[in-house]
Amino acid sequence: MSQYKKPKNEQEFEANFKQKKPLMNDTEAYYASSKCLFCYDAPCMDACPTGIDIPLFIKQIHTKNTEGAAKTIYDSNWLGNACGTICPTGVLCEGACVYNHQNVLPVEIGRLQNYATKSVIESGKQLYKPGDDNGKKIAVIGAGPAGIACACELRTLGYQVDIFEAKDKPSGLTVYGIAPYKITNEEVLDEVKYLQDQLGYNVKYNSPITSKEQLKKLEDNYDAIFLGVGLGKTAYRNIPGEDKEGVVGAVEFIEELRMKHAETKVGDNVIVLGAGNTAMDAASESARMGAKTVTLAYRGPKERMGAYSFEYDLAVSAGVKSQFNASPKEILGNGKVEGVLFTDENGKEFTIECDMVIKATGQEKQGNLLGMIDSLQLDKNNIIQVNSKTNQTTNPKYFAGGDAINGGAEVVNGAYDGKLAARGIHQYLNQ
Amino acid sequence: MTDISINFAGIKSPNPFWLASAPPTNSGYQIMKAFDAGWGGAVWKTLGMPTINVSSRYGSVNYRNIRMAGFNNIELISDRPLEDNLREIEEVKKYYPNHAVIASLMVDSREEWEAIIKEVQDAGADGIELNFGCPHGMCERGMGSAVGQEPEVLKTIVGWVMDAAKIPVITKLSPNISHITDPGLASVQGGTDAISLINTIKSIVGIDLDTYAPYPVVDGKGTNGGYCGPAVKPIAMHMLKELAQHPEIKSTPISGIGGIETWRDVVEFILLGATSVQVCTAVMHYGFGIVREMEAGLRQFMTDKGYQTIYDFAGKALPNVTEWRHLNLKYDVKAHINKEKCVGCDLCYIACDDGAHQAIKINDNDRNRIPEIIEENCVGCNLCSLVCPVEDCITMVRKDDGSQHVTWDELTLADKIPNTFNDDRAGGKGHFVPTPDDALKAKRKDRSGQNQFDF
Repeated sequence: MSQYKKPKNEQEFEANFKQKKPLMNDTEAYYASSKCLFCYDAPCMDACPTGIDIPLFIKQIHTKNTEGAAKTIYDSNWLGNACGTICPTGVLCEGACVYNHQNVLPVEIGRLQNYATKSVIESGKQLYKPGDDNGKKIAVIGAGPAGIACACELRTLGYQVDIFEAKDKPSGLTVYGIAPYKITNEEVLDEVKYLQDQLGYNVKYNSPITSKEQLKKLEDNYDAIFLGVGLGKTAYRNIPGEDKEGVVGAVEFIEELRMKHAETKVGDNVIVLGAGNTAMDAASESARMGAKTVTLAYRGPKERMGAYSFEYDLAVSAGVKSQFNASPKEILGNGKVEGVLFTDENGKEFTIECDMVIKATGQEKQGNLLGMIDSLQLDKNNIIQVNSKTNQTTNPKYFAGGDAINGGAEVVNGAYDGKLAARGIHQYLNQ
Repeated sequence: MTDISINFAGIKSPNPFWLASAPPTNSGYQIMKAFDAGWGGAVWKTLGMPTINVSSRYGSVNYRNIRMAGFNNIELISDRPLEDNLREIEEVKKYYPNHAVIASLMVDSREEWEAIIKEVQDAGADGIELNFGCPHGMCERGMGSAVGQEPEVLKTIVGWVMDAAKIPVITKLSPNISHITDPGLASVQGGTDAISLINTIKSIVGIDLDTYAPYPVVDGKGTNGGYCGPAVKPIAMHMLKELAQHPEIKSTPISGIGGIETWRDVVEFILLGATSVQVCTAVMHYGFGIVREMEAGLRQFMTDKGYQTIYDFAGKALPNVTEWRHLNLKYDVKAHINKEKCVGCDLCYIACDDGAHQAIKINDNDRNRIPEIIEENCVGCNLCSLVCPVEDCITMVRKDDGSQHVTWDELTLADKIPNTFNDDRAGGKGHFVPTPDDALKAKRKDRSGQNQFDF
């Protein structure tokens, strides 16, 4: 393996993390858009969590009404550009494209979407303006996809919106948690800036909400509060040796990679524990960072992997090996990780040597903060319970969306949740 | 062995594929390249009096990702010196004695016609084509389509030409006229040896949305052009058939022109009575090399059908092109959807429901979205089978047993045509139509996105 050399600078990093869905040029967009059949009640629309009128925007691209296409997209999804690039389109819109039924390659919906939205982001074309001030104020906790979408929608309805973000950048996992070959930081931040420039919501960065007092203040000062708090750190799994040097959480690893690029430290021999999409990302990324061997270790068989098959294939194509039916028993090493002891399906023990372990074994829930909110109902996994028509929680002043209500899904789900919650808030405050 | 050579009104050619008089036949260089590529003949770009051309000459109609589905031009006849063209005609004939070189001509007075006919004959041209079709520029000076639209004038000029010409004469007709048989008949009465059609159709292919000028734009202005390319083929074929069925014209050889690009186009024109075909737009788009596909396809067709020469099947479709009143009113086809092939685009459903006869339903619970034909409503119009993007998915299946044959003509002769819409034989009674307020009941599928926001 080791198809990738360790990147020493930004240029080499970019080469190893080449964009999987590069921006279309005008000619590509022309031919790609010509392919859409304009299906009646198109299945791609049904497959899109935000219900974008896909045949319409594709026809608009083809007739050179690119701004109109972007408007069609943003009308349904405030993170249209990010979603065009990072959505698992093969299992959503493009997976539903009718061409698949005759083994014809589907219309490249994601890249076409990106083409349209990117053009307005680059030109700065104003597609929206805030609604007339209705005198009401909404607090949004978390500037992730759900929070941004909620804020944008609320601004069009005339609400004043303040977003409280714990970190120093907007868009949550879109910028901190997506594999760098799916989208660049600039692209994510450009879209959020484009939206903020038009709609003018406020964001207070480095402002985590962690105490009952802070919540009380928000409750006193705002008419409603949206919880877009996502999930927490990588969960602790109680494997002996988890605290050794060289053992990291996947979420933390990916965040470091997104921020530090070539300067991120990656071992020579990496074991990734887990088989979800985040595990695949972490494995692919380790390989692209020049690790000599990367092993995906999963306690179950291949068929039970949580990851999309295309994500697994991508990891394999980057040179990642896999070890199925491998349950981690102990992380070995004298202070520093040296290997992982596994048992196979028959209970037989074996060891794989390594100098780095990435745990992609799920994220913690934001239980602490959520526990401080009065009468907020959570399920046993600390997932916030909401009314699916309005995203209102059991505390009527609070609405919620994104990973905090679904336990960890796609950016596009967060974008939909935020918009729906904004509509829910609007309905609630105008009853 | 199939023989695709032709003798068209005395003009011999190794095959029926000719280049039409147009930019591809502007010079001896191009025509020799074309003969080398496999073309059997070429009609030289029209010779006449000195002209000046504008810059920006062509415009096109693109359909989806297909460039030049339609094409127009505002270029005039040859602007190269007559003596250069004549010298090159001579040269081409020297290198290619067995290929057909036809001189297209357009001049004004009888003296001019006589003079130029002599010159091209002396240069060795195998035939003459009279350009009575050009619908832009030259017609403003009383030539081209200005002649093609005045049958009496056309007849007079053809008469002058026939008096002067010692080689075969083809009269090229303009389609910019109500009845193509009027100039067709006039040309025959004037004594023409053959006819070619169609020349281009007067057109505006588009308007620039910033300058508000028609394409092709010449310094902020434009003019009507002559329209050609694949989009005009149906019009050309209809006009060809009009002449090929006309009792006084049908014995005159016809060279078919209009949107020909593939062997199928060639065969269709021949089946409608053409015994030579002329091509321009396809060559302007793809170069001379496309003739390979035409020739291979034509030969394959002839082999498959057992034809030795193109005359074995020329005009073979003409008896089947009839008038509406002779069509069998008892013939009954219904659409059939192949569920295995259906991809669930539901274009047939919406085309039928919005654009035709409300004879297809979709089942909201069917995850595969496969539509269903409502046979009792289906009038057999074909629309669904035409919009279906899948090969051979929707077919039209014959339902009558073929034992009955009734035409409007027969009903008329027997004095049996329906007098009211309530007659059992009338369409209004026989066919299902929903009531207007059914439109209000049509169920809009509740979408997971937008509709939920309409609180």
